[in-house]
Amino acid sequence: MTMECGVFHTTYTSDIALRRVPAERLRLGLFVIVVIAFPFLASPYWLNLANQIAIATVGAIGLNILVGYTGQISLGQGAFMAVGAYTAGLLTLNFGLPWGPSIVFACLVTSAIGTFFGMPSLRLKGLYLAIATLAAQEIIEWVITHWTGVTGGTEALVVPAPQLFGVRMNTDFRFYWLVVILASATALFTANLFRSRIGRAFLAVRDQDVAASVIGVNVFRYKLLAFATSSFFVGLAGALIAYYRNIVSWERFTLETSLFYLAMIIVGGLGSIRGSFFGAALITLLPALITNAGRMLQDSAPAIASQLPNIQQASFGLIIILFLVFEPKGLSKLWQNVKDYFYVWPFAYRRGEGRH
Amino acid sequence: MSEPDALPGLHIDRVSLRFGGVAALTDVSFNIQAGELLALIGPNGAGKTSVLNCISGLYRPQEGSIRLVSEGVEHDLTDLAPHNIAQLGVARTFQNIELFKHMTVLDNLMLGRHVHMRGGVLSSGIFLGRQRREEIAHRREVENVIDFLNLESIRRATVGNLPYGKQKLVELGRALALDPAVLLLDEPMAGMNSEEKESMARFILDVHEQSDTTPVVIDHDMDVIMDISDRVVVLDFGRVLAEGTPEEIKMNKLVIDAYLGEETIRVGSGV
Ligand SMILES: Nc1ncnc2c1ncn2[C@@H]1O[C@H](COP(=O)(O)OP(=O)(O)OP(=O)(O)O)[C@@H](O)[C@H]1O
Ligand SMILES: [Mg+2]
Repeated sequence: MTMECGVFHTTYTSDIALRRVPAERLRLGLFVIVVIAFPFLASPYWLNLANQIAIATVGAIGLNILVGYTGQISLGQGAFMAVGAYTAGLLTLNFGLPWGPSIVFACLVTSAIGTFFGMPSLRLKGLYLAIATLAAQEIIEWVITHWTGVTGGTEALVVPAPQLFGVRMNTDFRFYWLVVILASATALFTANLFRSRIGRAFLAVRDQDVAASVIGVNVFRYKLLAFATSSFFVGLAGALIAYYRNIVSWERFTLETSLFYLAMIIVGGLGSIRGSFFGAALITLLPALITNAGRMLQDSAPAIASQLPNIQQASFGLIIILFLVFEPKGLSKLWQNVKDYFYVWPFAYRRGEGRH
Repeated sequence: MSEPDALPGLHIDRVSLRFGGVAALTDVSFNIQAGELLALIGPNGAGKTSVLNCISGLYRPQEGSIRLVSEGVEHDLTDLAPHNIAQLGVARTFQNIELFKHMTVLDNLMLGRHVHMRGGVLSSGIFLGRQRREEIAHRREVENVIDFLNLESIRRATVGNLPYGKQKLVELGRALALDPAVLLLDEPMAGMNSEEKESMARFILDVHEQSDTTPVVIDHDMDVIMDISDRVVVLDFGRVLAEGTPEEIKMNKLVIDAYLGEETIRVGSGV
């Protein structure tokens, strides 16, 4: 009843594969083709958006590991991204470290700092932990803006574009390949994580921490491990922003950033990699679409156009509320519904509770 | 950890547990010998669940000690954390089912294998070679449990959507997947119909007979308890009231008095 009709797995290897049925592999193949063809067809404007989405996807997956998969709330996302961005930027600026090693360094430093600020999770849950991570956000922001000798304080850092095989990654087209590969690697790593021991333990901590402890999961250790793993990818997103924008400024990494990322994973789908991507895409595209609409209305309806910045704020809130009310499982659940509908199309038959 | 001077099994020695002014357990001592099927009975609030919680490290008794002797080594469980106690081979189920509701049956059971697996974050994320082989090897172990409990058809079902009786079975399966030395079952048959009860009792007996696991069963159904257990420990108001074979317990004056007026509990035909 809960199995895909007509598909039988004869080995455990194929049964634990990430894409278990041909339709899934076909869809993945199509997606890969679109991703490869996209930069050749898209204008720089859309390429820029695509790069932003790819970076946001990395950050959203990172946050989702902590919040969606392990059930630990974090309001420190923006600050942790700042740690990644500043570490990478400063290493390149001050020590001339190439982008490769300095990105790795940035990830590790963010991971360590994220783990440190995850320690209150030993005693705190839910809203209390949220407040503790809010403190992390404020402390890190304060350190960045006041540790002038190292970070430049409120002055922005100017970071040179990365170089790969002697080629400067200074155009959207070139940078695209870098972020798409790193975003894919992040997605693959996370998918693997959650079909094996460590990821299952994260989920167990989220679902029932008492039961997790009596089957041998060291709950506190795994909470910290979730902070460490999550912050690693959040740091990666931060470092990528540094190299993509070539400018690192604390203003990009405020509490508002934390909230935008929470919005991404809630709208996209908690505990879902696909959802992280959907959410990153929606939250990145929405302001762009509204701005575009504004430009088009500039001449014909200037009254509406002048109101658009306000509409932008309001529509954000509205979309999140609509999702919370109508589809708490987010865009990834909507996608699942569409797939279920076409699964045995044209027959009117709905699969029961299936895989997500 | 030291050289054991006691028999293999669990030794509960003068355990007292208080919650504020409430004495949940007072001076409780009894042994669980490896290889026997022990039943723990008593009226509501007698302290049965509290004993299990002390053994699995969820409650820390103010006095007394709990020691596990297995594979020739003695471990003092009294001050260990729950996950360390599980690693030593103590598994359990809960009176009010504590499953990972949003996960599949398969993942719940795979979590039962957690203590036997080694994979770290990096190897899990890369998922090649040794990590993949480990997953597959433990998947095989889990499939044995699935076979044993006839869970094949619901392998990939989300646990939270399963009927109560099935959830009870899955919780047993998760504990069995750990391949435990001691299996603590808190009312495994509560709330089941007689057919489900019978098959649960059958599974417990099979575990007892076919593996090295020592089951400890709490239940209120005297007929089943007297039928399946080798030895019975009776708790009342947080103290051990009696201890003996089912026959001895059925004849025990103190036990009969303690249960008098408890309409939900019928002492079996022998009385
Ligand atoms: N966490 C707790 N906090 C306060 N009191 C507790 C707690 N756990 C148990 N108790 C008390 O300890 C006593 C024993 O409870 P316990 O749950 O062990 O009984 P039980 O024999 O399992 O009963 P039942 O058959 O109803 O499951 C009761 O008086 C109970 O109120
Ligand atoms: Mg109880």
